[in-house]
Order: sequence, then structure tokens, then C-alpha cells
Amino acid sequence: MAEILLAGGLVATPRGAVAADVRLAGETVAEVGPGLDPNGADVVDCTGCWVGPGLVDPHVHLREPGQEWKEDIESGSQAAAAGGFTAVVAMPNTDPPIDAGHLARFVAERGRQVGLVDVFSAGCVTTGRAGQRLAHLDELWAAGVRLFTDDGDSVADAGLLRRAMEYLSDMGGVVAQHAEDRGLAGGGQLHEGEVSSLLGLTGIPAEAEEVVVARDLAVARLTGARYHVQHVSTAGTVALLRAAKSEGLAVTAEATPHHLSFDHREVLSTNPVFKMYPPLRRPEDVAAVRAALADGTIDMVGTDHAPHAAHEKDVPFEDAPRGVIGLETAVAAVLGAVALGPAGVFTRFALAPARLAGLGAHGHLPGPGSPATITVIDPTREWVAEHFRSRSTNSPWRGKRLMGRARHVLLRGRFTLRDEELRW
Amino acid sequence: MHHLLDISDLDRAELESLLDDSDGFVEVLARPIPKVPALRGKTITTAFFEASTRTRLSFERAAKALSADTMTFSPGTSSLSKGESLKDTVLTLQAMGSNLLVVRHQAVGAARRVSEWLSIPVVNGGDGAHQHPTQALLDALTVRRRFGRIEGLQVAIVGDIRHSRVARSDLQAFSTLGARVTLVAPRTLLPVTTNGWKVEVSSTLDEVLPEADVVYLLRVQTERGGASVFPSLPEYVSRFGMTRERRARLKPGAVVMHPGPMNRGVEIADEVADDPDALVLEQVSMGVAVRMAVLFRLLGGEIDG
Repeated sequence: MAEILLAGGLVATPRGAVAADVRLAGETVAEVGPGLDPNGADVVDCTGCWVGPGLVDPHVHLREPGQEWKEDIESGSQAAAAGGFTAVVAMPNTDPPIDAGHLARFVAERGRQVGLVDVFSAGCVTTGRAGQRLAHLDELWAAGVRLFTDDGDSVADAGLLRRAMEYLSDMGGVVAQHAEDRGLAGGGQLHEGEVSSLLGLTGIPAEAEEVVVARDLAVARLTGARYHVQHVSTAGTVALLRAAKSEGLAVTAEATPHHLSFDHREVLSTNPVFKMYPPLRRPEDVAAVRAALADGTIDMVGTDHAPHAAHEKDVPFEDAPRGVIGLETAVAAVLGAVALGPAGVFTRFALAPARLAGLGAHGHLPGPGSPATITVIDPTREWVAEHFRSRSTNSPWRGKRLMGRARHVLLRGRFTLRDEELRW
Repeated sequence: MHHLLDISDLDRAELESLLDDSDGFVEVLARPIPKVPALRGKTITTAFFEASTRTRLSFERAAKALSADTMTFSPGTSSLSKGESLKDTVLTLQAMGSNLLVVRHQAVGAARRVSEWLSIPVVNGGDGAHQHPTQALLDALTVRRRFGRIEGLQVAIVGDIRHSRVARSDLQAFSTLGARVTLVAPRTLLPVTTNGWKVEVSSTLDEVLPEADVVYLLRVQTERGGASVFPSLPEYVSRFGMTRERRARLKPGAVVMHPGPMNRGVEIADEVADDPDALVLEQVSMGVAVRMAVLFRLLGGEIDG
């Protein structure tokens, strides 16, 4: 059995980050320790790099089925692997939406065919994402779905949300909410404030997110069920999460690289690449989200990778679809926004999202017998985001100088990325 | 100045220089033959993706008075109905030989996007609720010619500020030129914040009227009735309508302005609209001169001789 020796890196282990080599034998880690004997193994230089579990993105849009001109599971898998990921959770707002078992099976099977990352489908909470009645939750569960969301819209009816949370708590599933009150959002285009007022565009107040999170936390308290907040964007949401966690509610949250990196003043350019929901917020919100990711109030990073074709974004701001891609720039963007060491990065990029989405084969720190699903990050690698593996290029980091990048990725002992080159 | 996209791109000296040029074109337009050969051989295209009468006609009149050729694009009869994108449409208009494009579009930022795609000068003829810079220039010219100055005047802009590109443009021009601007509207029609704007804000027209030199009434977008931004038109009129009674309380010499089209009986009473001190038609006339000045400024540098 061919062995691989990841040599000379800083390894995230249960004992903290230690300078060590990692020996992989087949699909598992054989040993972790300093100065391991190569003994004929394929030696991979990891000097200056962080070695830890393969990254997991709990929030991507792969657009398949239905919108393959923006992205498909093949191009999205390439983008994910290039960004250091070994697993992604695909949002169910495809066409058709993933609200029944056979659809979730299709997404996972396409992921297996491509074979670069494990693709898990999230499932809709409600049929057709219409917010009227529960989707086929049992079917979805049987098809491997563990995360349920109507992402793109909130589950607006608190009674329906309650029933979904209660029903899923029997199995251990979790509802993830795109928190946005439709009435307060008012068809808005960007954060409501100085920039929206100057541009004459309808804004989305921070409270549109916060009223939904506050209400949902009350429902979580009522049901005792797990609850996850997607793409936290405001300081008010951070305060609600902090209180809910200190109260002991089973709540988790994610932040996107773009909400950690940019504020709403970027929209003064009316460049559609800065249009996304929730919108970029005030500088004080960015600071609060950064601090929350640093202290663990926000548990994880989710990119909300949302590809759109060039011709769709090359229109006036107001006419542009919402969303930015993020898989390939996530590590650099987060390292640039929040001071995290290897333990912090792998907790937020692997352990927490794997736990959220019930991905048993992911999110394990390297140790004897753990899966050989490993990402090696070079935290000081300088590069410019120019060529994307994603089919779309709607990235606010496009052309920008970045620091930090995945150098090697292994999925069950097989390289999917080696020296920044995809292997498949 | 390569484009005219946003009135806030111009400083006070640039604004005043354009107004000075406009005064010259007012004089041209008063001649027996109101036409100069300044832009002969140039082609000016108006691309109005949103309905307009006065602005498009005013630009065409201005172009013709400068001896330019004009082309008109209207979405109703165009390939837009076949799904052609804004970008492809304006690239096509440029390829046909347009030397300058005037763009009106319902989307905020449209003219700026167009200017990024094209190599010819672009004039913003209105983008959503954002900017309408030639309207601000014509209003400033109208006021300057009536009062002989703008510095120190009290300008009240009344009505749906939140959704008005006229308000956003005019308040910036008037405050840059030294006027004191007060925005008057119910809170639902004010911008969510005016932090950093050089304006005062009031929700009571009757408190502002006695001090105002210029009362600038905005069109009530009655089609917004369904959005519940105020309870009813009669209630709007009772708080913010320029009625005959309110007209009588203005100080001597004060003027009433409106960008048109007017909703008579709503934001402006018939008697006020038809009063000699209402400058509504004067604004329309000044619009032609101002647009001549803008077109000349943007294309004049390329004229031989």
C-alpha cells in the first residue's frame, strides 16, 4: 500500500497545533509525530504549512440541477477542491428545488461521479421552498440529508418552522435559516443606511435579519431543537447568538468570507459584484462578525458560493442577480479578516461544519486511524485571484492580492489537489 | 469632464462654469435663427429605456440647436423586446456612429455602467431614484437667472424625496452652490438617513414656507399608492400640497418650481401652477440651454476650427 508522508507542517491535533509529520496509509492516517521515517513513502513537503482535516463548506450553491450555465457539480467540485475543501453542502434552491429524496440522491450521485469532493445536498424545509407545507423530510433524511433550509428565503411562518424543528429533532436533523423578514426587507437591494439613501435604492435594514433570528431563537427555546443561522451579517444577530448560547440553546451560526471582508460602502461603486443577500453591512457589523468568528460565537465559515454568469452580472446593480462566488478565495479572505491559527482555522472550516451537517467522514483532526481526508494550507502564500475553476467569475476578490491558500488536499488518501493543481 | 453621470462629480466652479455657458446658449436660443454650427457632423443618440417626454425632447432640441444629428432609441420598438441586453444595445448604438449617448434607465447606476462599457461620452438622463444631473443644472440656472444668485437662498424641496432622482440631484447642486436646502416630507418619503448631507429636514411644510425663496415641489408618484407610504392623497395634500392658501403665505418674490409632469390638485393646485411666479415652463426652457452647454462641453473639444 502506497504511503504518503506529509512532512514538516504544523499539524492541528487534539493536543493543539504541533510540528509533526503525518503518515497516511491508504484511506486512513497511520501516525502523527515528529521526524517520521519516510520509509519509501511519497514525501510531500509541508514546511511552513498547516495540516488538518479537509475543509467543509456548509453553504454552497452548485446550481445543478437547472442552472448549469452558472455552475454545475463538476465545476463547483473543482472550485471546492482548489479552495481546499473536501466536502460541501449544496443548497437546495435549484430548479427543481431539492424537496424530495430522489433529488437529493441525484445531487450526491453527481458529486460521486466527479469525485473531487463529497457533495452533500441540503434539503428544503418546505415543498418547493414555497413556505406552505413540509417537504418530504423523511425521504430526504433517508437520502442522506441532514441539513434543512429554504435558503434564499426564510421559513416565514413560525408555526411551520416549529413543526419542522420538532419533526427533525426526532432524527437529529437541523433547520438552517436564511434570516430575512420579507416585509422589512421590502425588496431591498443593499443595506439600508447612508449608502442606500445616497443611491436612492431601497435598503434592507439590519433588523430584517434580527427579527427573524430573535423569533427563531424563541421557537428553538420552545422546541428544544437545533437551529442554525446562515450567513450572519449584523452586530445585532451576533448579540442574539451570544445570549442564546449562554442560555444553552442548541444554536450554531456561520459567517461568509464577504461579510467578514467588506462593508456597504463598496456599493457606492454600484458594481454588481457587491450585490448579495444578506447585503454587506456597516463597518461596525463587519467588526462584530469578525469578533464573533474569532471568539466562537459564530461557529464556522460558510462561503454562500453563489455563481452567476458574466452576462447576468454585467448589468446595472439594480438588475443584477444576488450573490458572489467564494470557494476558491475563502481561506485567504478569512485569514485576512480574522487572526486565526491552525486550530482556529480547522475548527471553523472543518470540525464545526462537519458536525452541523452530520458528515461522519469529515471533520476529524489527524490522528492514528482518522480518515486520510486532509487539507494543507500555506498561510503565507501570496497570490492574485485571477483564474477561477468555478464556471463563474463574480468574485469581489477578483484581481486582488491575497495571502493564504490551500496547497494540498487529500480525500480518503487520494490527492485531489497537489501543489495547487487539481488531480482528477 | 468626460461624462456627466452624477451632479456630485462637479465642484462649485465646474457647476458655475456650466451655468455661465448655459446663459450664453439662452441668448442663442433667443435669436431669430436659434441655431449654431458647433456640433455639426456629430451624432447624439438618446437611449431612453424608461418613459420620458420632456427630457428626451429637450436633449434632441439641444442637439439640433447645436447642429448635431440625432438618433433616438425607444425600447418599445426595439430588440429589447427580443431580449437584447443593455450592454449589447448600447454597444450597438455606439457602433452605428454615435458620438455621445444620453441614457435614461430605471436601474440605479445604469448610466455609470454604460459609461464603463463605451468609449464615447455618456450623459445620465436619469437612473432610477439616484441621479438626474441635467435637471439639477436647469433648476440651478432657472433660479440663478431669477434671483441673480444662488448663494444664501432658502430652497425647500417638498415631497417624495426618498424615491426622487430630481431631489437627490437638486439638493446636491443647490447646496454646492451655496443655497440652504430644507427637505420637507413625511418620514416615509424621506431618505432613511440624511447623515452627512448638507440639508435640513422638516416634516412640517407650514413651518418652512415663510422663510423659503424657492419651493420646489416633487411629483407625488400616485402609482406608489399601493406601497402605503402615506395614507391617502387628501391627507398628503393637507400636509404637503401647495394650495392657494399656502401660496399666499410665501414671502414676496418667492417662486414655486416643479420638474413635471405635475399632478394638479395633488402636490400643486391649479392656481399655483398657473401663477406667473411658478417657474415650471421657465424650467423647461432653461433645460434646452443647459443641455446645449453639457453637450457642447462633452463634445466641443473635438470640433475642428
